[in-house]
Amino acid sequence: MSEIIFAMLLALLVVLALVAIRAGDLLVAVIVLGAYGFAMSLVWTAIGAVDVAFTEAVVGAGASTVLFLAALLRTSRRRSPLPGRLRWAALGSVLAVGAVLLSVTTALPRWGDHDAAPARHVSPRYITATVAETATPNAVTSVLADYRGYDTLIETVVIFSAGLGGWLLLARRDP
Amino acid sequence: MIERHDSLVVITFVRVLMPLVQLFALYVLAYGHYGPGGGFQAGVILGASYILMALALGREPFERRVNETACLAIAAGGVLLYLLTGLAGFAGGTLLDYARLPLPASAVKARYYGILLIETGVAAAVAATLIVLFCRLADTEHHPDR
Repeated sequence: MSEIIFAMLLALLVVLALVAIRAGDLLVAVIVLGAYGFAMSLVWTAIGAVDVAFTEAVVGAGASTVLFLAALLRTSRRRSPLPGRLRWAALGSVLAVGAVLLSVTTALPRWGDHDAAPARHVSPRYITATVAETATPNAVTSVLADYRGYDTLIETVVIFSAGLGGWLLLARRDP
Repeated sequence: MIERHDSLVVITFVRVLMPLVQLFALYVLAYGHYGPGGGFQAGVILGASYILMALALGREPFERRVNETACLAIAAGGVLLYLLTGLAGFAGGTLLDYARLPLPASAVKARYYGILLIETGVAAAVAATLIVLFCRLADTEHHPDR
């Protein structure tokens, strides 16, 4: 039963992505992309990655939708079609990259495989020691904020730089 | 340009919803130690509550409450809070090891509070950045091409 729901969710993702790409009205594309984010967050929930699902719901479906909407205020809702030759080049490169990605998925560890290399390296250490070392039962939080604190620090700097860059690029041009 | 929504229902609903959303953001920030959540998600929810206000009540009440330059300062302050929390344990220890934070707590509990501190910094940086980006994008009156 759960496999059927999971397959339907994945099919929904493909349909939403196609609708978002094909929509002539960019407002429609933005809203459908938000729906895509919500469907994606359901997929993350279904495979047990609740923290990622939460982030996908607030960022993928919420924040990015609202930023795209605000960006639409500065441009037109109609999209300008690509010239013919560029369309074929785009289709070709997308198909090529997709084929490469699909062909290497067989090398990925199976989902939930606790004998896979990533699951045998440092993960057991974090999972068993998180309460004793950080008093934080949610291992995702202790890994993000403590064990892998450098990554999160640089990520925060990246977010701040993005905000600063956007602010400078779109700054007021008052005389 | 964003104008005040025509419908009284929408405006009243947003007025009721906004403090609840902000309360939920604080809950998400504080509950990250025990369940899904944390600074990043809390920051986005907090920023979204202000964007919701701008979308429903229009530009004017939004600009009365939100100052862009202050938002940039808050974002920088969030990054600084993270960095300083990491540096506090640096003396005689390791960078970003919160066990040596000058807190009246055991090493384990100090890590617990250190995580809360840096998550607060992340939340401030994310929320303020989201608001700044939205402000700049939605401000079509100062469009450089117009």
